[in-house]
Amino acid sequence: MSTTTNQNSIVKVIGASSLGTLIEWYDFYIFGSLATIIGRQLFPSDSGASALINTLAIFAAGFIVRPFGALVFGRLGDLIGRKHTFLLTLVLMGGSTFLIGLIPSYDSIGYAAPVLVLILRLIQGLALGGEYGGAATYVAEHAPANKRGFFTSWIQTTATLGLFLSLGVIVLTKNTLGNEAFASWGWRIPFLISILLVVVSIYIRMKMHESPQFTKLKSEGKVSKNPLKDSFSKKGNFKMVLLALFGATMGQGVIWYTGQFYAQSFLENTCKLDFNDSRYVLIIAIAFATPFFVVFGSWSDKVGRKWIMLTGMLLGIIFYRPIYQNFLDSTNYVEFQKTELKSASTPVVKRELVKNSKDSLITITIAKTLNDGATFNEVKTVKVFADNSKAPEETVALLDKKLSDGTFWKFVGLVFFQILLVTMVYGPIAAFLVELFPTKIRYTSMSLPYHIGNGVFGGLVPFIATLVVSFPGSTPLSGLWYPIGIAALSFIIGAIYLSNKRDENVED
Amino acid sequence: MKTIKKLLGLVWMLLAPTSVIFMFQQAIEKTGLAAEGVAKTNTALQWGIILFIFIPISVGLTIFGYYSLKGEYDALPTKSEDI
Repeated sequence: MSTTTNQNSIVKVIGASSLGTLIEWYDFYIFGSLATIIGRQLFPSDSGASALINTLAIFAAGFIVRPFGALVFGRLGDLIGRKHTFLLTLVLMGGSTFLIGLIPSYDSIGYAAPVLVLILRLIQGLALGGEYGGAATYVAEHAPANKRGFFTSWIQTTATLGLFLSLGVIVLTKNTLGNEAFASWGWRIPFLISILLVVVSIYIRMKMHESPQFTKLKSEGKVSKNPLKDSFSKKGNFKMVLLALFGATMGQGVIWYTGQFYAQSFLENTCKLDFNDSRYVLIIAIAFATPFFVVFGSWSDKVGRKWIMLTGMLLGIIFYRPIYQNFLDSTNYVEFQKTELKSASTPVVKRELVKNSKDSLITITIAKTLNDGATFNEVKTVKVFADNSKAPEETVALLDKKLSDGTFWKFVGLVFFQILLVTMVYGPIAAFLVELFPTKIRYTSMSLPYHIGNGVFGGLVPFIATLVVSFPGSTPLSGLWYPIGIAALSFIIGAIYLSNKRDENVED
Repeated sequence: MKTIKKLLGLVWMLLAPTSVIFMFQQAIEKTGLAAEGVAKTNTALQWGIILFIFIPISVGLTIFGYYSLKGEYDALPTKSEDI
């Protein structure tokens, strides 16, 4: 193959592309992981306008604009080349992440704080929308046909590793500084660190050469003059964009975000696991599962991409509900403490006045330990009204649950299995998308379905699943119907419409 | 398989508008149920975002169904010149 490069330079290509993409994912996910703290520091707490800005910035902005980023930077990538475009996305992402870490709090600059966050979050989303397609295309266009899945699978590890890195930096910073300092100013550190990572990555990427296939196309004068028009106004290509979205990336997106984001959110918010335990489970599971991106990417070079991806979706459809039911059953300490309670601490009682009211709040906290070593805090809250005619309101919650060793490793196993499904759907998908579209409009054409599938369908899993759970009559597992339904639809479309044949020649 | 693809094309064409109608119903119902003030603003905004995102995607599903019905996916292209 004339345009493929030797092994040594391919390693450099993969390394430089993957490092930059990993940093972009890191930048994107620290915002999500620190959303609660950012909300407290940079947003006002009690006005309608704050609700509007907060919702836009935290829930949606980063995800909604990803497809637009795909269009803007995809077009640029097909016009001026892959290298310079994803260099630009890296600068935008790194710069905006660093600046989020510098924004003064709402108490200092008022509404300018949330508005600046919103603007920077939009830039993050746009940059990420442009980055991934460029990196995947760049690597694939350097790879030999029989190893395209293997080489691009390294790019596929970066999203999970970016999440891993963000969780690791956050947990490390929080445990080093302590809760108070972290909530006050320490949360800025993960954002500020980003600039160092970006500078290193820019330096490496500056030394890279343009993709050989794009260079060839350019020298022959065959570069698309209008990639957006060529991608979406020509029926032949547009129908493939739709097929990629509905038959692959849509299902892949919900499997990705359920296995990694919703799992952690469910353990922390529904099962009420301790902050560290919920993150340690995910961190360990990711560490064990990440190599499988390369395993499945490589395997797809031999057996085709389609059925590996669809099997991942099918297993998710079948096993999500039993897995999450197990999470709930294993953390049902209300029942366990009836028969398995080993010890309980002396109650700690705290009394305070309710803000702007004469009512008072009494909080009674008891630290309890079960026979298997699991611990938790039983927090009883009693609201006593100044008006004596009203009866006190009492609520009991079991919080900060720490798992026993056995349950902890069972949870690691269950999350590992979910991330294994992620590796099945995600490992081969870059090669699959690259092979679906011609070189001259590849960046644009593959980026859009990827970011609608992964960013919109997938990125909104925690938001929509939580929303569904809040509906009257729903159960804690009701939110799973969203990813299960989307994965089932994608599985059917993929199984019937997609081809399992690999495209040997992506130079055309 | 070609017949199945064509029949499913009809299913996708019906599924897309049905899902949009369902989402509109949910948006109206849930926003109506929300408490006045910040909660209502937030609920309306959240459903607005959902509709803003998923209506164009539903249009895409309708077009996908139409192409399927017309036999566009009976044989997938094997070379870029075929696209």
